[in-house]
Amino acid sequence: MSKFKKKKDGGLPPISTASLPDIVFMLLFFFMVATVIKEDNLKIQNQLPKANQIEKLDKKKPISYIYIGKPSPNYVDTYGTEDRIQLNDKLQSVKEVQAFIAAERAALAEELVPTLTVSLKVDKDAKMGVLTDVKQELRKTNALKINYTTKKGDALTN
Amino acid sequence: MAKRSAPEVNAGSMADIAFLLLIFFLVTTDIATDSGLSRKLPPWEEDTQEPVIIKEKNIFALTLNSNNEILLTSGGDSEVVALKDLRAATVKFLDNGGGEGKDACKRCKGAGDPASSDNLQKAVISLANDRLTDYKTYIAVQNEILAAYNEIRNREFKRDYPNLEMNFVEATAMYQDPVTEPKVRENLKEKLEAIKLIVPQKFSEAEAKRD
Repeated sequence: MSKFKKKKDGGLPPISTASLPDIVFMLLFFFMVATVIKEDNLKIQNQLPKANQIEKLDKKKPISYIYIGKPSPNYVDTYGTEDRIQLNDKLQSVKEVQAFIAAERAALAEELVPTLTVSLKVDKDAKMGVLTDVKQELRKTNALKINYTTKKGDALTN
Repeated sequence: MAKRSAPEVNAGSMADIAFLLLIFFLVTTDIATDSGLSRKLPPWEEDTQEPVIIKEKNIFALTLNSNNEILLTSGGDSEVVALKDLRAATVKFLDNGGGEGKDACKRCKGAGDPASSDNLQKAVISLANDRLTDYKTYIAVQNEILAAYNEIRNREFKRDYPNLEMNFVEATAMYQDPVTEPKVRENLKEKLEAIKLIVPQKFSEAEAKRD
């Protein structure tokens, strides 16, 4: 009979999971910081093409988005299968582009108006026709800074 | 009397709560892809101006048809080029340096073919597309043209400012990075502008044909 008796015999102590919440919170904060909530609810298909000579858009300067592509499968009944333009939340015709740019400019401080960049998010399977019309409208309304928004990748594998 | 230690708080469900939040954010967000090919459109002109006369040998005309084929017209002959050969062909044209006398190109390292472009300032690239051309082809062509310009600009940047130990594209990225100090930016801007003057992007887009 010994005085120093082991309290427990054998068996592994339970692994402490107290730090698990910390790890998960870290992941959570990473995703919260690294992501942006979608600005527009897309009604069209918008698979961007790839390119590698790209420049980052300066988030501090105002950016307007124009989306072009075929309507999504659930909108085909309403809008058909031809390429369409989406401005804000609505599918619009080419004629509305000038009004859209005017509205975007009106919402800006005056000194920022010349720095407005139009980001063209065009589906990679879209045809050039609609985009050409949009570019003509942008020229007419003097919104000349454009950016063909693309993913990073090899353009030859599009 | 034995000392009683404070009871441990059960934190087991904390992980569940955090996971729930994490999954919510994972589902509702998408990582922004806000980078792309920056271009500037020419201003709109109602009345057509007098056409500028450019020597045919200084024009590198690309035409995209509705089958996404690329026709290259340069120096009098036309041929269909593959997308993968376009960058090399563009560099060869821009860097040709076939000019003589006051049109001579001091920086060009090309073949000096008299039937191709005179110098970097004179060389013009023109791109015309059909209304039925696919956007992905158009972007690929734009990308290759930009890549060709960047290749030459990189070379000239390194040649003019060898002690900076970066190329034109890296310098542009540094200039646009908001973290860069204003002093450095001013310095870079000057150099970038100088290179842009030496190797200007003379790029013209014709209106799409109606088919």
